[in-house]
Amino acid sequence: MIRQLPIFILSGLLFGAGLAISGMADPQRVRGFLDVFGDWDPTLLFVMGGAVIVMMLAWPLQRRMLHPLLTNKFQLPSRKDVDRPLIVGATIFGIGWAIAGLCPGPALIGLVLEPISALIFVAAMTVGMAVYRVLPIP
Amino acid sequence: MILESFPDAIPFHGLIGGLMIGLAAAVLLLGAGQIAGISGLFARASTLSKSGPPWVLAFAFILSMLAGALIISWINEGVTAIYPSSTILLVVGGLLVGFGTRLGSGCTSGHGVCGMSRFSIRSLVATPVFIGAGIATVALMRAMGVTP
Repeated sequence: MIRQLPIFILSGLLFGAGLAISGMADPQRVRGFLDVFGDWDPTLLFVMGGAVIVMMLAWPLQRRMLHPLLTNKFQLPSRKDVDRPLIVGATIFGIGWAIAGLCPGPALIGLVLEPISALIFVAAMTVGMAVYRVLPIP
Repeated sequence: MILESFPDAIPFHGLIGGLMIGLAAAVLLLGAGQIAGISGLFARASTLSKSGPPWVLAFAFILSMLAGALIISWINEGVTAIYPSSTILLVVGGLLVGFGTRLGSGCTSGHGVCGMSRFSIRSLVATPVFIGAGIATVALMRAMGVTP
């Protein structure tokens, strides 16, 4: 297990640096992307596009590999059913995302960029996750 | 590079940052066999989820993500991050994002980047749903005169 540690560190560093460079650390810019009927800012499309392009190259490689480089099996989501929790959850997430201009990645790196405001959001986000954990949702 | 119709956009930085985020997700997938979904990794790191990598690895990822952003902030002498001044909006937004990402099994990274690039049907549905809900919410807030 500890052999995989460098992978998680490298991936985390790249992810955090990429988010900071992309402009997505800025809640105002993220809200700008959602503000299509106002002052629309398309930057997020370039971020998501760039990330999706790289991953579209990675998935075919993954399918040819018997196992990941440093562990013995891939742990990938296998569900293909579009159910109510998926739709309701995505809707609730989208509303929260728009209200503050923050999704989990940018909020977390906000802890080192704009600590007080980000901490308020991250604390509330953690409470939201804990509520899900204790509610009897299948 | 600037887009003439959108003078405030930073498409070049967006693309470079996006490619790095994609590379980060590819490293995690091909190296450790895991999906780089931040809501899932954070839930795991804060012991609120049982699925995903061992706790210590998820925790290391989240810390490294903060370190990566801090390095860019040092190099760049700051990273723009204009937060809502309203504590209420931060709290309500955070609660909904936390609950919604768990119920919906992912966020912008897990569904939007990893799932869509894999043509996962759940992600191909979830991503337009959360973007649509976000667009409607911003439009509604604008109509109601609520500014963050």
